[in-house]
Amino acid sequence: MAPKYQGVDFYNTDSLLNEEERAVRDTVRAWVDDNLMPVIGEAYIAGKFPKQLIPGMAELGLFGANLPEEYGCAGLNNVAYGLIMQELERGDSGVRSFASVQGALVMYPIYAFGSDPQKKTWLPQMASGKVIGCFGLTEPDYGSNPAGMITVAKETKDGWVLNGAKMWITNGSTAQVAIVWAKTAKDADSIRGFVVPTDTKGFSAKDQKGKLSLRASDTSELVLQDVHVPKDAILPKSGGLKSPLMCLTAARYGIAWGAVGAAMACYDEAASYAKTRVMFGKPIGGFQLQQLRLAEMLTEITKAQLLCLQLGRLKDAGTSTPQQVSLAKRNNVSMATDIAREARRLLGANGILVEYQAMRHLANLESVYTYEGTHDIHTLILGQEITGLSAFN
Amino acid sequence: MTAILAVCEQRDGTLRKISYEVVTGARRIGEVVDAVVCAAAPVAGADQLGKFGADKVVTLTNAAFAKYAPEGNAQAIAERVKAGGYAAVVFAASATGKDLAARVGAKLGVGLVADCTEVAAEDGTILATRPVYAGKALLKVKVATKPAVLSLRPNVFTPVERPKAGAAETVAVTVAVGRVVVREIKAAEAGALDVAEAQIVISGGRGLKEPANFQVIEELARAFGGQAAVGASRAVVDAGWRAHADQVGQTGKTVSPTLYIAVGISGAIQHLAGMRTSKVIVAINKDKDAPIFKVADYGVVGDLFEVVPRLTEEIKKLHG
Amino acid sequence: MKIAVCIKRVPDSETRVKIAPDGKRIDEAGVKFVLNPYDEFAVEEALQRKEKAGAGEVVVICLGPAAAQETIRTALAMGADRGVLLQSDAIPADGFVTAQALAAELKPGGWDLILFGKMAIDDYNQQVGPMVAELLGVPCVTAVAHLELDGAKGVAEREIEGGVEVVEFPLPAVITADKGLNEPRYPALKGIMAAKKKPLEVKPVQLGAGAIEIVALTPPPERKEGKIVGEGPGAVPELVRLLREEAKVL
Repeated sequence: MAPKYQGVDFYNTDSLLNEEERAVRDTVRAWVDDNLMPVIGEAYIAGKFPKQLIPGMAELGLFGANLPEEYGCAGLNNVAYGLIMQELERGDSGVRSFASVQGALVMYPIYAFGSDPQKKTWLPQMASGKVIGCFGLTEPDYGSNPAGMITVAKETKDGWVLNGAKMWITNGSTAQVAIVWAKTAKDADSIRGFVVPTDTKGFSAKDQKGKLSLRASDTSELVLQDVHVPKDAILPKSGGLKSPLMCLTAARYGIAWGAVGAAMACYDEAASYAKTRVMFGKPIGGFQLQQLRLAEMLTEITKAQLLCLQLGRLKDAGTSTPQQVSLAKRNNVSMATDIAREARRLLGANGILVEYQAMRHLANLESVYTYEGTHDIHTLILGQEITGLSAFN
Repeated sequence: MTAILAVCEQRDGTLRKISYEVVTGARRIGEVVDAVVCAAAPVAGADQLGKFGADKVVTLTNAAFAKYAPEGNAQAIAERVKAGGYAAVVFAASATGKDLAARVGAKLGVGLVADCTEVAAEDGTILATRPVYAGKALLKVKVATKPAVLSLRPNVFTPVERPKAGAAETVAVTVAVGRVVVREIKAAEAGALDVAEAQIVISGGRGLKEPANFQVIEELARAFGGQAAVGASRAVVDAGWRAHADQVGQTGKTVSPTLYIAVGISGAIQHLAGMRTSKVIVAINKDKDAPIFKVADYGVVGDLFEVVPRLTEEIKKLHG
Repeated sequence: MKIAVCIKRVPDSETRVKIAPDGKRIDEAGVKFVLNPYDEFAVEEALQRKEKAGAGEVVVICLGPAAAQETIRTALAMGADRGVLLQSDAIPADGFVTAQALAAELKPGGWDLILFGKMAIDDYNQQVGPMVAELLGVPCVTAVAHLELDGAKGVAEREIEGGVEVVEFPLPAVITADKGLNEPRYPALKGIMAAKKKPLEVKPVQLGAGAIEIVALTPPPERKEGKIVGEGPGAVPELVRLLREEAKVL
């Protein structure tokens, strides 16, 4: 049995957190230890999201944790929200994805762009885990370029009719409600968001099979065939690509923290292993090549932790920009994939077993590298920010 | 002449063996040791206390004392301590002893030095050592008052025969009617020896793979002819394979047997906290890097399903 | 139901114990402090009893340094209503002194139930609960793993050697909680935020030194390095020989 996980904090970043932030982090860490760690290996191999954990996550208040208390949410600040994502992803990126989608990609748009009746109807139910949501933006042919989407919403006498398809949708097959982004006219400025109950006639969701990454997460295709929704299904304050991008920025913020959690888990496991695994008469941690691996890991984690913390403080002050979030997501996910890979190598043959975390994190992080804005897209976002010149096309 | 009161325990009218340890411990800090036991009637086996060093054996009787009577026993013992001018009163840190010692301490207005592994008297002062922080450190304390109130960790003060008069006395006592009443004792599996009191403890962990496999441990325990108890790691207790009463470790019981055999237990810190003061530790595990081997005196690396039955065979041969 | 829970701030169970330079206490540098695990069962029991009764108050009382406010807030985050910190930098080695301080605070309270954890995982003293009961003149049952309350009386079960002791007692009473009494809830994130707003009274107290003086805190004796006797069942005869002839335990 491995010693209890104590996190990684080389620069005492704990001292930069307030008491509530630490308490939130400690609670989620303990919950993950007790509830997620014992089941995740099996869930990953089976390719099943451990949905029996949903009530526990809801009770703890993990969904939409940074949204206001009046909607049944915890009303936490963004640093605390980030710490939740960090600790969830220390467990598994797929499970953290579930929470990211629920909170940042469904509850957030309803909160930011929805009407009061929409907020009152959906938010408390989603905070309590009774209703699961999914976010329909990406399409089979439009991933990095959402502006090109072909899902359309045509206005009718008493509402809208939606037609199109979405792909790579987390929670798609288990959600009761989908936030579907569709063009109401020809161009990207006409994109609006729609709250679509998934039991609406014409809406179907099917899990995508054969995933080698994020296996403990439901990833689905959505098909909308003449899906009629009432007038009030539209998110009234949504308008243009900006709206879904704001949601993505919210999710990316959490992912920047989450990746650090995965990296911390891999480093902790590797360091522990290096101290006890004996080869050639001494622990492998005593060999220079392994020390180099571990030193690099610790360095990158420490940098990333400080990056997240400052980003969180800026977000709480209301001054953070999407480009700042891009920098953090890009850096942290990239360094986490490197750490997971190096940790896997340090573990030797044992590192290919699900009983050790590294390879599962390694596989998962490949998805995290690609989704929510690929690494390369974030590179271009920063490039444009720096130079003022777009290199997107 | 320092006199110590050694509080002994009885159950169902028979003296509990742990009482000999209490007298042995008391002897280390006083020239005179009076043993006392609360019961409804004279207690079988109390006459043996003289053999282990009791100058006097006093049975305090009251109808309410047939079972443990927390308030009545505490009152009777505290009055006895005050009347007798004892330098210290010593209890066993058994389930009952821990409860009773605290109550008596409060009645005497003195803190309890609990779960001692060493006691000594120096220039009229009682010194005691006790494990703290789950056994990660030892605390040595000095008690300034008379009387001192101490409880002794089970299985540490090995009874030594040092015969004294053991003059028996029965004293009927009156106590206030107890509000806290032991209604019954629900016995565990008949004859099951408690892990905290057994001389030999064999514990099983997750390496056993399934609850039914605890059979191999129970076989080994039986081979020791009634001296061995079967313990469990926290993992298998939490998984529901074994009762919490069998759990050895920080959130279970702390044991100090002569021989502790850890089977299929990796050796998490919390488990070690519960058994590290065992006299001899043997570990059987298929993983040679398991932390348990660092605390074990003797280790066998191998498949427990092969090693343990072999050990059972050899022990049976020994006991003929 | 008006319920008091006495709690303690202790080093986390994973702490590596380092002895401070004065040789009498642990070095607290880098030590993580938590709510004593046995006290979690006590807090949980109090919350469940209050919820069952439909109305009431759960008050947590802690003797400790200023930093123990954080520990109290953990209990408030779980759902307790208010907290009292009896502030003292030093906690005496003499459990009776602690009991006196807590009893003085509890005396005017009119409590239906007073709960403690059965012991603290730092000092393992196992006495403060029953001593407080004695000082208050209130019935007490210790190390309770199962509790049933019915109006003005209760039945508790506690583990003893070879069985379970079933104990009847009247209320109000002091109960000390053992593992198994219940499953402590996690402080919900909402609870963590709400804890800040709940009343927490800080009362500095002056404690006597008590009768028990610390002489030294030392690491445990190093166990002599052991040996791997061999591999597989073939090593067993040698193991048995060593246990007989060398260790002399068989």
